Amino acid sequence: MRHIISILIENESGALSRVAGLFSARGYNIETLTVAPTEDPSLSRMTILTWGSDEVLEQVTKQLNKLIDVVKVVDLSEAAHVERELMLIKVRATGKDREEMKRMADIFRGRIIDVTESTYVIELTGAGSKLDSFIAGIDAGLILETVRTGVCGIGRGDRILKV
Amino acid sequence: MLRPFKQQLFLGSTMMISGAEIVVRCLQEEKVDCVFGYPGGSVLHIYDALFKQDQIKHVLVRHEQAAVHAADAFSRSSQRVGVALVTSGPGVTNTVTGIATAYMDSIPMVVLTGQVPTFYIGQDAFQECDTVGITRPCVKHNFLVKDVKDLAMTIKKAFHIASTGRPGPVVVDIPKDITAQMCEFEYPKSIQMRSYNPVVKGHLGQIKKAVQILKEAKRPIIYAGGGVILSDAAQKLTELAHKLKFPVTNTLMGLGGYPATDKQFLGMLGMHGTFEANNAMHYADVILAVGARFDDRVIGNPDHFGEEKRRVIHIDIDPSSISKRVKVDVPIVGNVGDVIDELLKLMDSDFKTDPDVDNWWKQIDEWRSRDSLRYKQAEHIMPQYVMEKLYEVTNGEAFITSDVGQHQMFAAQYYKFDKPRRWINSGGLGTMGVGLPYGMGVLMANPDAQVACVTGEGSIQMCIQELSTCKQYGFPIKIINLNNGMLGMVRQWQEMFYSKRYSQSYVTSLPDFVKLAEAYGHVGMKIERIEDVEPALRKAFTEHKNDLVFMDFIIDPVANVFPMVSAGKGLTEMILAEDL
Ligand SMILES: Cc1ncc(C[n+]2csc(CCOP(=O)(O)OP(=O)(O)O)c2C)c(N)n1
Ligand SMILES: [Mg+2]
Repeated sequence: MRHIISILIENESGALSRVAGLFSARGYNIETLTVAPTEDPSLSRMTILTWGSDEVLEQVTKQLNKLIDVVKVVDLSEAAHVERELMLIKVRATGKDREEMKRMADIFRGRIIDVTESTYVIELTGAGSKLDSFIAGIDAGLILETVRTGVCGIGRGDRILKV
Repeated sequence: MLRPFKQQLFLGSTMMISGAEIVVRCLQEEKVDCVFGYPGGSVLHIYDALFKQDQIKHVLVRHEQAAVHAADAFSRSSQRVGVALVTSGPGVTNTVTGIATAYMDSIPMVVLTGQVPTFYIGQDAFQECDTVGITRPCVKHNFLVKDVKDLAMTIKKAFHIASTGRPGPVVVDIPKDITAQMCEFEYPKSIQMRSYNPVVKGHLGQIKKAVQILKEAKRPIIYAGGGVILSDAAQKLTELAHKLKFPVTNTLMGLGGYPATDKQFLGMLGMHGTFEANNAMHYADVILAVGARFDDRVIGNPDHFGEEKRRVIHIDIDPSSISKRVKVDVPIVGNVGDVIDELLKLMDSDFKTDPDVDNWWKQIDEWRSRDSLRYKQAEHIMPQYVMEKLYEVTNGEAFITSDVGQHQMFAAQYYKFDKPRRWINSGGLGTMGVGLPYGMGVLMANPDAQVACVTGEGSIQMCIQELSTCKQYGFPIKIINLNNGMLGMVRQWQEMFYSKRYSQSYVTSLPDFVKLAEAYGHVGMKIERIEDVEPALRKAFTEHKNDLVFMDFIIDPVANVFPMVSAGKGLTEMILAEDL
C-alpha cells in the first residue's frame, strides 16, 4: 500500500538525517521525501511517500514518533487529502516538435518557463501520476532533463496538522 | 560542599563561568557524584574544572569502552543515571560498543564527548569525527552544542531524555572552544519540550478490558521483562501476581523483577528457558506481557508461536514495542508501575479468577517435574555446579555481572535472583567484555555490595585492562572465570549445527590468569577439582572480602547449555539435556 506520511519536526540541524537514518536502519522504503520550514520557522514539515503493509506503516509512524525531534506524525493517506508534486522538465523543442510540446504542456496545464531556440523548460504540477503520464505522453528521445520535488500533501477540510 | 571556582568573573550581579565549569555545575545539579572517563585534548578544560572541585569523583578507566560500560552498570544497579566523559575522535569511537549496548537494553546514561573547536568542525581536524553521525543509530538522542548559552539547557535535556519514557543513552558533544567561553550560569529548573512528552498513565478503558480478560483466563501467564526493572515495579508486579495466583516467567533482562524463589516463578523463558516456562508461554490462552518485547530469542519461530490461539495484553512504555512481532489484543501504553497500580485498584474484593487455572497449574507442575535444569556431574567441574555454589556462598545476595556466552546462560539459569537490579548483563546486544567494567559501575553505585563477575576466558580478555582500574580504586570484584578453553557458546552451535567443525572456537595460548591477576596486584586462584569449588568461593568472599580475586575455574570443556530452542525452531521444540 502507498502511504503519504506528514511529519512536523523541529527545524534543527541533523533532523533530516535522523528521519532518513531511521528509514534505512529499519529497512523501510522512501519513495520521495520533501522538507522545508513551515510558517513557524522553528518547525519543518516533511512529507514522505512510502510503500508498506499496514503493520509496517504502524511501525513506521510509531518509530518516527519516537524520534525526539519529531513533534507530530500523520498518515495523510488514511483520509481525504490532496497531494501535489512539481516537475521541471527540459525538452528538445525544434521543428514540428516545438509546436507539439507547447500543445502537450497546455493539455497538462503546464507552463513553459524557459525558452531557447531549441529547448523548453516546462513546469508541471499535479499528482505524481499526472507527471508520469506527461512523461509517457511525449517522445522519450526529446527529454533532456527532469527534476521532481516529490510528493507534498495536506489533509482536506478540518484535518489540520499543527502543533 | 561546593568550592567556588577561582576564575569566576562577576559582571554586575551575574556570575560568568566557563563552559567547562558549566558542565561540572550541571552535573552537580543533577546530583552526579561520579563520572567514568578518560581525558584527551578536547576535554582538557572540563578535566581542569573537575580538578578544581571535589563533589564529583572521577574514575579513570583504561579504555573508553569500559567507561561507558561502567556508567551503564551504574544505572542498571541503581535508580540513577550513569555518566561517562571522553575525548573527541578515538575517544568517541571507543565508546560506540558501550553506547549501543546500553541502547539495546534501554539503559539511561549520559555520555559527554569532547569535540574539536566549532571553527574546525568539518575540516578533518586532528581527532575530529562526526560524533553525532556515528552515534545517531544507537542513542535515544544526541546533541552537538554550538553555543555556550545552550550548554546548561542541553545537559538538562540530556538527563531528562535519558531517564524518562523508555530510557536510553544520550550523547552530548561539546566542542573545545565552547568549554573555554564564559557565560552566565543558571541551571534550568524545569523543562518543556513540545516534541517529547512520554506517556506515563495507561488508558483506563484498556486497563478495564485487561482486567476482564484476566478474569476469563484459563491458562494464563505473566511474561515480565526488563521494563519491570527499569520502572522499579518489581514489588508491584509481585503483588499483582500474588493476587492473581498466575504463573510468572522472566526474560533474561527481567530476572530479579520477580523473586526467583517464589513458587509461582517458572524460571527464565526463551532460547535457554526452562521446559515449564516455554511450554506455559506457548500454550497460555492469556499472556500478560509486562515491559517485555517478544524478541526473537524469547518466542522462537514466530510462525510456530502464532499457531496457538491466545489473547495478549501488553503493557509497555514504548508503543513501538507493542504489536511489533506479536499481534496484541489489548495494548496498554504507559509506565509499567503506574499501570500495575491501576490494575490492582480495579481488582476489588469480588475479583475472581477462573477456577480452571488450578488445572493449568497441574499441567505446569507436570512440566516442572521434568526438572529441565538437571545436569550430570562429570570428572571435571561443571559450570552449573559453580553457579549453584556461588549462589549458596553469597546467600543469593550478590550483584552478578556477566559477560556473554555459555557462562552467562548458566548464571541466568542457576543464580536465583530475588531482587531487581542484581543481574547485570548485556541482553540485547550481547556484548562480550562488559562483565568486568560492569562490576566497577555496580561498585560505584553500591559501594558495600558483594559483586561477582561471571565470565569466560574469551570474554574476560576483551576488557582485561580494567584489572588496573580495579586496583587503583580498590574494586573487590570476584571474577568467576568459567574457563572451558573454548568460545563455548560458539563451540556449542558448531557441535550441534556444523557437524563439530570447530572453526576458530578453541582458545589457545591463554595467559596464566593467576599470574596475570597477581601482576595487576590482585589475588589469583586456580580451581581444578570439584571439592575445591566451595572452599575457594568461601575464601574469596570472606578472607579476601576486600580484594579483587580472579578465580580461574577449569571446567568441563564440552558442557553445553540446555534446554535449547535452536534458531528457527518453535518455543516448545526444546532440546533437553536428557535427550542426549
Ligand atoms: C564482542 C563480541 N564478539 C563476538 C561475540 C559472539 N560470541 C558470543 S558468545 C561467544 C563465546 C564466548 O566465549 P567465552 O567468553 O569463553 O564464554 P563461554 O561461552 O565459553 O562460556 C562469542 C564469540 C559476542 N557476543 N560479542
Ligand atoms: Mg569459554
